[in-house]
Amino acid sequence: MNPRLSWILPFLIYYFLPVQGGDVDFSAQIRPLLAEKCLECHGPDKQKGDLRLDDSESTHRALSGDELLVRITTDDPEMRMPPKGPRLGEKEVATLRQWIAEGARFEPHWAYAPLNQDPPPTVKHEEWVQNPIDRYILARLEKEGIAPSPAANRSTLIKRLYYDLTGLPPSPEEVDAFVNNPSSQAYSELVDKLLASPHYGERWARHWLDKARYADSDGYEKDNPRPQAWHYRDWVIRALNEDMPMDQFTLEQLAGDLLPGATSDQKIATAFHRQTLTNTEGGTDKEEFRTEAVFDRTETTGTIWLGLTMNCARCHNHKYDSILQAEYYQLFDFFNNGDETNFNLPVPEEAMVTYRAAKEKHEAKEKALALRIEKAQNEVEGSFKAWLADRSASAEGAASAFHDLQKTAAIASDTDVALSVAAQGIVQVGGANPEGPLHYLVTATTSTLTQPVTGLRIDALSDSSLPAMGPGRVAHGNFVLTEVEASLDGKSLEWAGAMADFSQDGWEASQLVDGKQDVKNGWAVAPQMGRDHYAILKLKTPLVLSEGQNLSVKLIQNYGQQHALGKFRIRLMTGHHQGDQPEAIENLLSKPQKKLDEKEMAKLRDHFFGTVHVAGRKLDEERDKLKKSAPKEPVTAFGIITQRPSPRETHLLERGNFLSPAERVSAAGPSVLPQVQGRNPERLDRLDLARWLMSPENPLPPRVLANQMWEKLFGHGLVRTLNDFGVRGEVPEYPELLDWLGTEYRRLGWSRKALIRTLVHSATYQQASVHREELAELDPENRFYGRQNRFRVEAEITRDLCLSIAGLLSPKIGGPSVFPPMPPEIAALSYANNFKWVNSQGENRYRRGMYTFFKRTSPHPNLITFDCPDSNTTNVKRSTSNTPLQALTMLNNEVYIEAARAFADRILKCEAEDDRQRIHHALRLCIARHPGATEVDRFSHLLKESREWFEKNPQASQELTGKSEPDPRLAAWVAVARIALNLDELMTRE
Amino acid sequence: MNKKPFIHRDFDLETELNHSRRSFLSTSASGLGGLALANLLQRDGLLGASPGNHPLALKKPHFEAKAKSCIFIFMAGAPSHIDLFDPKPKLNELDGQPLPESLTKNVRFAFIKKETATVMGCNRIFKKHGESGMEFSDLTPHIATCADDLLMIRSLHSEQFNHHPGQLMMQCGRGVFGLPVMGSWINYGLGSESENLPGYVVLTSGRGSSGGTTLWQSGFLPSTYAGVLFRDQGEPVLNLSNPPGLPPELQRAGLDALRDVNQIHYERMRDGEIASRIASYELAYRMQTAAPELIDLSKESKATLDAYGIDRPDPPNGERGRAASGNTAQSFSRNCLLARRLVERGVRFVNIIYASWDHHSNIDKEIAYNSTVVDQPIAALIKDLKERGLLDDTLVVWGSEFGRTPLGENRGGSSKVTGRDHHPFCFSMFMAGGGFKGGLTYGKTDDIGWGIEENPVSINDFHATLLHQFGIDHEQLTYRFQGRDFRLTDVAGRVIPQWIA
Repeated sequence: MNPRLSWILPFLIYYFLPVQGGDVDFSAQIRPLLAEKCLECHGPDKQKGDLRLDDSESTHRALSGDELLVRITTDDPEMRMPPKGPRLGEKEVATLRQWIAEGARFEPHWAYAPLNQDPPPTVKHEEWVQNPIDRYILARLEKEGIAPSPAANRSTLIKRLYYDLTGLPPSPEEVDAFVNNPSSQAYSELVDKLLASPHYGERWARHWLDKARYADSDGYEKDNPRPQAWHYRDWVIRALNEDMPMDQFTLEQLAGDLLPGATSDQKIATAFHRQTLTNTEGGTDKEEFRTEAVFDRTETTGTIWLGLTMNCARCHNHKYDSILQAEYYQLFDFFNNGDETNFNLPVPEEAMVTYRAAKEKHEAKEKALALRIEKAQNEVEGSFKAWLADRSASAEGAASAFHDLQKTAAIASDTDVALSVAAQGIVQVGGANPEGPLHYLVTATTSTLTQPVTGLRIDALSDSSLPAMGPGRVAHGNFVLTEVEASLDGKSLEWAGAMADFSQDGWEASQLVDGKQDVKNGWAVAPQMGRDHYAILKLKTPLVLSEGQNLSVKLIQNYGQQHALGKFRIRLMTGHHQGDQPEAIENLLSKPQKKLDEKEMAKLRDHFFGTVHVAGRKLDEERDKLKKSAPKEPVTAFGIITQRPSPRETHLLERGNFLSPAERVSAAGPSVLPQVQGRNPERLDRLDLARWLMSPENPLPPRVLANQMWEKLFGHGLVRTLNDFGVRGEVPEYPELLDWLGTEYRRLGWSRKALIRTLVHSATYQQASVHREELAELDPENRFYGRQNRFRVEAEITRDLCLSIAGLLSPKIGGPSVFPPMPPEIAALSYANNFKWVNSQGENRYRRGMYTFFKRTSPHPNLITFDCPDSNTTNVKRSTSNTPLQALTMLNNEVYIEAARAFADRILKCEAEDDRQRIHHALRLCIARHPGATEVDRFSHLLKESREWFEKNPQASQELTGKSEPDPRLAAWVAVARIALNLDELMTRE
Repeated sequence: MNKKPFIHRDFDLETELNHSRRSFLSTSASGLGGLALANLLQRDGLLGASPGNHPLALKKPHFEAKAKSCIFIFMAGAPSHIDLFDPKPKLNELDGQPLPESLTKNVRFAFIKKETATVMGCNRIFKKHGESGMEFSDLTPHIATCADDLLMIRSLHSEQFNHHPGQLMMQCGRGVFGLPVMGSWINYGLGSESENLPGYVVLTSGRGSSGGTTLWQSGFLPSTYAGVLFRDQGEPVLNLSNPPGLPPELQRAGLDALRDVNQIHYERMRDGEIASRIASYELAYRMQTAAPELIDLSKESKATLDAYGIDRPDPPNGERGRAASGNTAQSFSRNCLLARRLVERGVRFVNIIYASWDHHSNIDKEIAYNSTVVDQPIAALIKDLKERGLLDDTLVVWGSEFGRTPLGENRGGSSKVTGRDHHPFCFSMFMAGGGFKGGLTYGKTDDIGWGIEENPVSINDFHATLLHQFGIDHEQLTYRFQGRDFRLTDVAGRVIPQWIA
């Protein structure tokens, strides 16, 4: 076939297909199609073939011919669009064609448009409506011909409310009271009671902490603990229990430091953005990970409040949404000027009391020691005077203490190494630079000196001719001088000690005279290469020299690898111990004694006492030791964000690389949204940003935040892509309802509790969650809300429920994180085994799951197994998997076994006539309703089976119960309790 | 033992369901819903919410697959390529000399002080092995005997040069958090062939790695695809054992009761998730038998055990503190053998993690220790797989996050230069089986192992080619998250046809 015809033909066929009736809905039908199939190459980022399909003007230009329709229908691989992946379906082509025929009208993306203010729709069955939410739902259900589900029964409703609002199970008594309460206000009263419970704050704080990526450690390789992190968690719990309005909640967390007269609490709130990871791995570039943290702050803010996937624009213009890369960095600039700082939290009184007591005790010790020292000092005053006289005298006479050698000659043990002697006996080394050990032998004759010689001075000299300026010959300039031997007229000299102006760690000058000559021994100077150094070697006995005696000095260098001296000089020293006291003391000693003032004398006295005099030195060491053991005043340094005093310049970073700054940008919001208004329009800051987010003009946050609330109570968002309200996100089934909720949230003064109250009072919420077979095809995912949803509760709540049913759960709210039992090798999975998990005892073993210490590189498996987010990035919706590991955890994990044992005890203590009643009671505790007879039968059977077995195996009964004696009856109940705690109905909301 | 009313038997789901239906649901009008029943009886439908929708059901690859399973031996910490697989005699010539500034100018180092850094020679002896003449240093004499089965790649490069981001890059294709690792992607793409073991198993030896548990995370994919850690002490899988004093027969009886009562609730609610829950508990029960059977090596021959070095002593000169985590060599041997047993049982992806190769100092001693730990068992694994005919469709990968510098590490304050720094510009990796060519050395680095001269391979390329062996087009295996279709290969990656046999 003519290749041209091959693509015209199908086009012709499609072109003449009849158009389906009705106007095309751009937002619902066209934009998602374009976003899915076209925008990656023809959108805000790339415009291949100069085609752009995300705005009206350029699209109309492109539609002037038929090319678009031709391209999407042709089979010609050269022509077809999209070039890869599945083609557009017939229906899609027809819709697109109809849209073009209707004039290809664009509408602004629904999520950026102002909130719809139309009144809620009218419905036929007014009697079902509890509040406006139900009008939106019912109108749609009526249109689809679906009747809403009946209201859930009362025991389901109370369980649902308890799970949703507090994450705890209702007691049978509470269930009875509610079920039997004839008042029409019973439901409202229950809701109010639960919202007033302090456990409400815990339950909903945990939802927020997912978004805040809260954790108790730094993350990355080192993953150091953050022992004070919990103060932020406590702040969130408090804020929720006090029902801090969402706008204030936003302001304090994003910009608490910038609020006028910021309180301690408002500073703590900024730790929201200190939950970013910190990389303290060796050799990291601080700026790289600072930038990384600011990226995270930018993107997390974008996700939580705007529902925008900002992160795409970190490296390039967003491919689907109208967010330019420059706009990303404008938002980035807001956070780029918040620095990570610490502030000291008030110390708990308990800790201060302990501290004060310890301090008092310590001060008493110090006082006693000071008295002893004073006494000792008085006793040794005489010896101090004598020492001073001796030292000052010698210092006076030692003004020019170093003397050049005469007729110096030098040779090396390797004859290819050339040693040349210059003026003042300076030896320059040249020639070969061997790998192995190398010794230098320096010989000289002496001249008469008036004073006795007390030692040798060896200068290691730098020089521009040496690698890295020397003094060594190896590339980096270091050297290792292993040992120095000297003799006078053939008689070996003995050393008393050696010191140097500088010694490398572990390579002290004293090793020059320690008689050891192995490779790992000697004097070296890294990292102070490239400059002069000297060592002083003291003689055991001072020598009186006469003219013409032969001195030879052997410099032994056994290290090899070219670590030999490149330039040096040897001189004689006269006078006493010159240079072996700290410089400040030397300076004082060089002064004539008469000129020393009292302060200087005191300094010398201290020095003598502390370092020279033996008894004094011991006392001094004792004082130092005591000083070090002084109790430290407890501080609780807490990481917060504070505004930089001098602004940091923000640049667009090419490909998101911190090393590639491009044009400069300054703070601004995304252009698709209303402008950010600043207190100082020249320089917008985080407070402006936070106010802008919650301002009446900004349509995204109310939608996004209301959607997040809906999701927690209905299992899915109205927009199911909770983190993407962009053009690739889901178009909501109920856009008007979402807008109503957003408007209402604001109208309610951003009160979370008020919005929750509204949501749970709707008939929609109160429906039964029984799956309806007749809707399986019409609405398989329950998008119309013809019933409620049922879903498994979160990781923490699963545990809370079981502990609560067992009667073990601690009701304590807030405080430092706890360490419920975990196998030790799990903590060791983290790098360098640098972390010990010490299991909490007592009450802290049974605190709510949200208080479990969260170590980012080895989180508690009981959390992760049940889809707890890893807290490395923000999480607005948890996944809900259903895995065998979860089954194994709830069946066999230590905490669940403890729960089963305690639960069994609890069951046996309850008032009941027989085992059937006990089982009935146990199941009520687990599932918050009266069990059916079949259910009780089944558990009775299990109890019987278990008891028979344990009666035959009493030893095993002791093991299972953990008691000191066999107890087959109790063991059977533990076995039953364990299974009851695994009921699907327990871990699922209904 | 007592004579039981309990019959301990292999669990058969159909019999069980029939049994329970007869016993407890006979009064119910509809019994277990048809939908869920079909779901439960479908062999692969044990984990999911509804038929055809469960996450680990077998899925068809995009095209015919050469590999079915992968054993990824992850050498965390970055082993020195120039001391192991990429001989550079020039290093000894240049030992102690600085490199020209042109090489180091725009390079970041973790610890090296540029001004004074010099080349550090290599104390290893390299030899050619096999018909292919593939080169290995004296550190891996056993692996060297597999030369003709190995595909040696000398030209990998990474974008990350700190450990944790680097390890994420190797596992997830990018050095950032929140992404799924290779093993998760492959299970997501293909499903699991194992009926009673997880599709993705992780085995660790020695100390913890920089990445910790993030190295087997499922990221934005459901946690069903996350790696399951098999432990080398205590029970093989966390929480696998029944509580003390609770016998298997009572476990069965308990799970029977649980299933029956859950079924009653299913009758009421008709939610397929309840059926999934029942299935999960049954799989857990089967794992309780399968996992201990897996780690029970008593049926392995003495020859096999010896080949892997199961009973060998820990080599001397181990890093301080290592002894605390038990005998590392034996643990690694065991993990290699377990990897074979896992693959035999249909496990899709096995990750053996061994840390650390981060030899900033004492490299000669430390790399020798590590090599001794891993050399013999890895060679044994490759040969064992080959002998059993498993190597054809099992891909063994040996690799890490990056390599090490030809420059010695002159970290400030340290007395001597005895180690090498991080080096992402080139490093080596080898693979065996899975439809890759044996005896091929691919890619070439320069004289000193600093940069790549021929055939550079990005980590995305490696992933693309790996997926290709599993019949997966790396551009087609995507997951929509935050409006974007994510891939293991992010926005890059190309299949390298030269590797494929």
